[in-house]
Amino acid sequence: MALGAALTAIFTLAAMISVVWVPYDTSVLTIANRTLPPSLAHPLGTDHFGRDLLSMLMAGARTSIAVALVAVGIGIGAGVPLGLAAAARHGGWLDEIIMRGNDLIFAFPSLVIAILITAVFGPSAFNAILAIGIFNIPVFARVARGGALPLWTLDYIMAARVAGKGRGLISVQHILPNIASLLIVQATIQFSLGILAEAALSYIGLGAQPPTPSWGRMLADAQTLIYSEPQLAILPGLAIVGMVLGLNLLGDGLRDALDPRLRRVRG
Amino acid sequence: MTLFPAPARTSSVAAMMHMILLRLLSMTLSLLVASVVIFVMLQAVPGDPAAFMLGLNAQPDTVAALRTELGLEGGLIQRYVAWVGGMVTGDFGTSYTYRVPVAGLVADRIVVSGPLAAYALILTLVIAIPAGVLAASHRGRVSDWGVMGFTQLGIAVPNFWFAMLLVAFFAIYLGWFSAGGFPGWSTPVQAIKALTLPAIALALPQASILARVLRGALIDTLNQDYIRTARAKGLSRRATVIRHALRNAAIPVLTILGLQFSFLLAGAIIIENVFFLPGLGRLIFQGITQRDLIVVQSVTMLLVFAVIAVTFAVEIAYTLADPRLRRRSAT
Repeated sequence: MALGAALTAIFTLAAMISVVWVPYDTSVLTIANRTLPPSLAHPLGTDHFGRDLLSMLMAGARTSIAVALVAVGIGIGAGVPLGLAAAARHGGWLDEIIMRGNDLIFAFPSLVIAILITAVFGPSAFNAILAIGIFNIPVFARVARGGALPLWTLDYIMAARVAGKGRGLISVQHILPNIASLLIVQATIQFSLGILAEAALSYIGLGAQPPTPSWGRMLADAQTLIYSEPQLAILPGLAIVGMVLGLNLLGDGLRDALDPRLRRVRG
Repeated sequence: MTLFPAPARTSSVAAMMHMILLRLLSMTLSLLVASVVIFVMLQAVPGDPAAFMLGLNAQPDTVAALRTELGLEGGLIQRYVAWVGGMVTGDFGTSYTYRVPVAGLVADRIVVSGPLAAYALILTLVIAIPAGVLAASHRGRVSDWGVMGFTQLGIAVPNFWFAMLLVAFFAIYLGWFSAGGFPGWSTPVQAIKALTLPAIALALPQASILARVLRGALIDTLNQDYIRTARAKGLSRRATVIRHALRNAAIPVLTILGLQFSFLLAGAIIIENVFFLPGLGRLIFQGITQRDLIVVQSVTMLLVFAVIAVTFAVEIAYTLADPRLRRRSAT
């Protein structure tokens, strides 16, 4: 978990710094400086357009994190209320409709729909966010519903109902805080999946468009250069692996730390 | 979560038929909704394909004739019904760019994508089952840590990047495989060789996930009393795992495999692009770049059908695998 947190922190920090400062402007092409080896001026060298690789990776981290973060936000924002509502009306028509709708979204191969969305509205980082975000909704709805259902049978919820609180208020005041740990763990998982999805979409040219740097795009550009300039194909890939690995380890660690039941079993 | 509860006190066969019927009904409903969503989405695309195909100097009556030929005339509902009716009878429409039936294009491409998916699935199982069994039966030891570390990495590696590295090493450096393309099935050995690197790239993340799920499921079953009984009656460790534990761990594994089918299809779109394989994924992708929307529409529908059908098959499979589920109607 410490390793995961450290990896995540490094990339997040790099992304945050890149918002205010990158070593070199990533939209300026200096062909004379192309594919320079690492040096003091360019710690990781330059790419085939003479752009500083470190700057590209930092700005790429920003794109990836921003896309994945907003996509998770969409998932939580729409999915959690739906899941809570389904659990509050368990067995009712609302529950049935929400869960059937969920199944339906799950039936679509996610990337196929992402591709459809970008086909209809044109490729952009915004549409990539939308496409990834839509698939986060049923995930969070399911987790929220699954976590909330057993809580509804507990005495303190019954007490709250006897006290005259409505189902909506109970969901927000009593259920939500108790499923927060579940949601946090799921959020880290979806975050890492979002990073992978963004990379894949950008790689096939349906995500962030140039000149916005993104790891997937950098890999696509480097594909034909993999033998002559392997570092161009390896570094962005390592960045993706590092970020995703960090998030996954962090998620596992958080799950163990936040779930007392699991801790007892392990201990 | 069925709409109607199974009738009480019926034989297990009748209950199962009931469940299958309900599932079929819900599957048909899903397909219908999916078809509406896909159809409506693609109606939002601006531009007239007929005018696009014929260029700027086309005569209005030529454009009108082509529109009729492509089935673009008529109201929204009329066109939707025509499209769905066509899909059911195997008429997927006519490609705007190639001017040939989409069904023919699909048939040409499915002989690449189908075997690729099957190959990847086999590799997934071949890697995941031994790895999961090894980790679970040596829990906490070096081999367990090794499998867990390796699979953690396998999940984090984007498959297209892994594919690029495979190409760089095995195709360019060692020269064992070609870097891309597909020679066709007239030379089966060459064809399988061409699919090997793509299948490995597709299988690695799926195998990593499956191995972890299998390990978890096996550890759960290995803690059960009947496993201790089996060991106590003198069954070897290996025999216990194979004969008793694996069978009971099959349910979560089947579930994940069903879900993975959808990821496999999505992954194939990307991987086919890395290796320039003329499969369904590349067909969809080309359809988008060439604005060949009927191809996109019909192939997407076909993929969604495949995913829903596999989900259905998995649900039936686990009612067969687990007698306990037969009595309850599926959740």
